[in-house]
Amino acid sequence: MARTPRKSATLSRQTTPYLLMLPAAALVLVALGWPMLRQFIMSFQEFGLAQQFGQPPTWVFLDNYATIVKDPYFWAVLAKSLGFCAWTAGWTMILAVLFALLMRAASPVVRTAMNVVLIIVWAMPLMASLTLWQWLVDPNFGLVNHALVSMGLEQFAGFSWLANSFWTFYLIASAVIVWASMPLATISIYAALTQVDEAQIEAAQLDGAGYLQRLRHVIMPTIAPVISLIGVLQVIWDLRVFTHIYVLQGAGGISTETNLLGTYVYQVGIAEGDYGMASALATIILLITLVITGKYIHMLFTRGEVN
Amino acid sequence: MTRKTTGRIAVNVLLSFVALLWAVPVYWMLNSAFQPERDLLSVPPNVVPVHVTVDNFVTVLTDPTYWSALRVSLTAAVITVVATTSCALLAAWALSRYRFFGRRTLIVLVLLIQMVPAEALFISQYRMLDSWNLLNSVLGLSLLYVGGVLPFVIWMMRGYVDGVPTELEDAATVDGCSKFQAFVRITLPLLAPGLVATSIFGFLHAWNEYTLALIILSRDSAVTLPLWLQGFLQGLRGADWGGVMAGSTLIALPVMFLFIFVQNRMTSGLVSGAVKG
Repeated sequence: MARTPRKSATLSRQTTPYLLMLPAAALVLVALGWPMLRQFIMSFQEFGLAQQFGQPPTWVFLDNYATIVKDPYFWAVLAKSLGFCAWTAGWTMILAVLFALLMRAASPVVRTAMNVVLIIVWAMPLMASLTLWQWLVDPNFGLVNHALVSMGLEQFAGFSWLANSFWTFYLIASAVIVWASMPLATISIYAALTQVDEAQIEAAQLDGAGYLQRLRHVIMPTIAPVISLIGVLQVIWDLRVFTHIYVLQGAGGISTETNLLGTYVYQVGIAEGDYGMASALATIILLITLVITGKYIHMLFTRGEVN
Repeated sequence: MTRKTTGRIAVNVLLSFVALLWAVPVYWMLNSAFQPERDLLSVPPNVVPVHVTVDNFVTVLTDPTYWSALRVSLTAAVITVVATTSCALLAAWALSRYRFFGRRTLIVLVLLIQMVPAEALFISQYRMLDSWNLLNSVLGLSLLYVGGVLPFVIWMMRGYVDGVPTELEDAATVDGCSKFQAFVRITLPLLAPGLVATSIFGFLHAWNEYTLALIILSRDSAVTLPLWLQGFLQGLRGADWGGVMAGSTLIALPVMFLFIFVQNRMTSGLVSGAVKG
């Protein structure tokens, strides 16, 4: 008798969450899911200028990938990207841990000052900071060269960091990224440091453990999860870096020499209109990202982070 | 004891130096924005402005292209905020208050999507908008912004909804409210701070984004502020660094203002999640 209404109630109880998820799921699928699928399909197709004018794309299966893998330029770009990522993410993490430990040991006034500076830097929009750094490294009137010359390094008078060589170009790009990434990394690690158990530290001190030993056995285990999370995020961000490189190339960097994976995809796809090839490249970037982050995602699963 | 004091002084001196070093670029932006052109090209540069002027700001604020870019940026930001906040609220409520088949998979997906590099998708996003005649439109651009930022906003919002105890809602349903009414009347007001934070996050995403704007908005007529700044810089005959720095300052100011409200939330979720695990 009473079964029918109850059945409809359970049914609505089961469908409600899906209905609630629907708008968000639809938007994400349209904006990200569908393009991802399309791109994956396109990477197995010949899809150049002719196809943009209405010719049906032809299946070439793994030809695009084979062309890329045989191209020495791709390997050069990949090596530069991995090197750039390791250098930039590495310095970001080393400095962030160092600064966070300094903040923990500093007096409240200095700590607050550092915190304020970090938040201001964090709030700087990417394009504003890139513009600002171009002014800082301006060959003739930039602050960086002025500072170096006034320290007695005359060879930096009129030195063009962006146009000189890809080494100096990457050095500047990397400096901008490290400067801008520091707030998130430092503040997160410092926040983790505040959760270190003081009683444990005191106990270690009573047992005669020096600062380095306390760091290794008490502090590090507590902040390790945060360090690995921030580290993974930095690696993902620094591997796919596009805007910094693209904008600085426009400011004097030679693009063929300074391309990283992100700008290379842009050049092949948007500038040359070879969508099939660009899609294959993008898929390769995606795979590299997955390989790097897979370990971390696996860790999330095994630790039962998701409940 | 004395060793401890020297150590403490050394730490403070070192950290003060780091703070100064990190502040210099931002200070230089402001310092340059308030100086006339001839002072900027002087050697050595002025550490503080000698002749303070607001001419650079006047240059920017009397430039019609700045205002049109501001309009485009604000439109994209408003669409992004409204769409992401409302969709994320519904999705977060489902993830937080219901136990349903596929819930865990969805949460993992939300995490995974954030790992997908945007730079690996823009080729097909460009083609998709092209086939719908949405290239060079703020609507098309906003659609990509919404999809791109939604996963993270859902993640944030879920934390806020989890923070409101279900007992309150349950008590309201006992008093005769429907589940939906209980949520709107009891939980929604308590979520206000969370809604503000997630809205600001969506706003900043749209306000700062460069790559997709560069690809989707190829016409000069309607660009977002970051693109406008880039064009302003490249369009310089003799470098008008003062004007460019004033432009950068104008773009950065609203962000700094909004950032005050969200900065403490930005890390707390991240850290508590990672440390507790």
